Amino acid sequence: MFASCADPSQLEGLAWLMCYLTTGKHMLFYGSFFVVLLLMVITAPVALLFGFGGALAARSRVAPLRWFGKGYTAMVRGVPDIVFFLFVPIALDQGLEYLRHLWACPPSDAPVWSNNEFNVCAAAKLPLSSSPQIWHEAYGFTLAVIAFAIVFGAFAANVLYGAMQAVPRAQLETAEAYGMTHRQVTRRILIPQMWTYALPGLSNLWMILIKATPLLFLLGVEDIVYWARELGSTKSAIYDYPHPDWRVWYFLGLLAFYLGMTKLSESVLSRITARLSRGQATMAGEAQRKQAGGAGA
Amino acid sequence: MKTLILTASALAFSAGFAMADTIRMGTEGAYPPYNFIDDKGEVAGFEREVGDELCKRAELTCEWVTNEWDSIIPNLLSGNYDTIIAGMSITDERMETIDFTQNYFPPAASAYMALSAEADLMGVVAAQTGTIQADYVAKSGATLLEFATLDDTVAAVKNGEADAVFADKDALAPFVTDGGEFVWSGDDVPLGGGIGVGLRKSDTELKDKLNAAITSMKEDGSINALITKYFGEEAKTF
Repeated sequence: MFASCADPSQLEGLAWLMCYLTTGKHMLFYGSFFVVLLLMVITAPVALLFGFGGALAARSRVAPLRWFGKGYTAMVRGVPDIVFFLFVPIALDQGLEYLRHLWACPPSDAPVWSNNEFNVCAAAKLPLSSSPQIWHEAYGFTLAVIAFAIVFGAFAANVLYGAMQAVPRAQLETAEAYGMTHRQVTRRILIPQMWTYALPGLSNLWMILIKATPLLFLLGVEDIVYWARELGSTKSAIYDYPHPDWRVWYFLGLLAFYLGMTKLSESVLSRITARLSRGQATMAGEAQRKQAGGAGA
Repeated sequence: MKTLILTASALAFSAGFAMADTIRMGTEGAYPPYNFIDDKGEVAGFEREVGDELCKRAELTCEWVTNEWDSIIPNLLSGNYDTIIAGMSITDERMETIDFTQNYFPPAASAYMALSAEADLMGVVAAQTGTIQADYVAKSGATLLEFATLDDTVAAVKNGEADAVFADKDALAPFVTDGGEFVWSGDDVPLGGGIGVGLRKSDTELKDKLNAAITSMKEDGSINALITKYFGEEAKTF
């Protein structure tokens, strides 16, 4: 990175450390923090959307839709996460490549699945073998986001379903008495009121999501845990910057990162909780009302 | 998200049929000096140089990909890359699922490394999962302790969890020469049929091309030069 780093074997002390911490490999390590943050920022809303859809489907009065919603949550919640993380990206990848195979490949007799192998012609590969590495990474990342969203969406669906059931029946009944249709009740009364019941469950999911990101490496995305292990491991003289096993320091760095993320999330979530409790017929809402009233009097 | 896939695939698609001969080379990137990620963040080592030279001679465009050792064969089979060039010894067991080119590295010695030369080699011995060394330890009667990476196996000996580690002698050598903490224990064991490039069984065309390139590198001595460069003067050559 710097001109003074050209010959690391001549460096000592702080200068060595400065050069060491700015190697290309360390830059990839720093970059992977953004990958992890990006994953969380994209996955959270997508999973919430999946969850919302799942919860509404599970409450639906149309039977097939209800079966779908209940089936989705029951299945994903019942199967170990790691199985899903291994299965979904591979199934999606092979499924997409198979579709492209039908469309883009010259007809051939060779079976696509045979003998443990999955063979499609070069034009059906996704991304193409010849496309730049960045596309392979973006593709892997996208598959990872979908896998995460399916798994976390199912948990979110269950949380939201529970929250919808928790809205006092009296509230909905009053709305019905005013002549609102089922759809209007759902949109105007049920959904605005359920968030306060859903938030504790959703905040748990967010915390689990933060800590689940190392699973990315399982999906072939090089995340912070992969780089910490790779950079920290013993480096013999074949490397420019030899050092003994430093994994403990790198993992302490990750510990600080994860604790920082947790702290930040907690303070944001407590604000949202306060905001959502306002005017609600819950204990927290009641307490807010009394406090405001007391100050006024 | 969907648009991302669509744009990605559209771009990938338009990027062209012209260069259909790109070969993706799968490696582990954690097994110096065979293959490792250098300080620039790129794949380097003996196999990087051999692989690049093979591609040049076979007139292929090559792209390096890293993959965990554990899942390196399944990902080859599902087509995420086209070759395994990761210090993988040619064995009958692996030949059942994948194919190999002729070897580009002669059958090498494996060795036990421990904190003392009198370590109990029939006690607890660490080895990397899915290696021929792990097989050997399991059959030797010692208690096998498996780890995902070479570094973990060495760490297990250091903290006393295992009595010794059994691996390729060349991969362990830096720990003995640099650290001063570890010593060789027991005799060297010759294992496997050398190291070859792993391929899908259906990829016969690629196999022929690579075999021809390896033969030409053996004939003009360039493989031997690379072996000496990475493994020292006393390393076995062709």
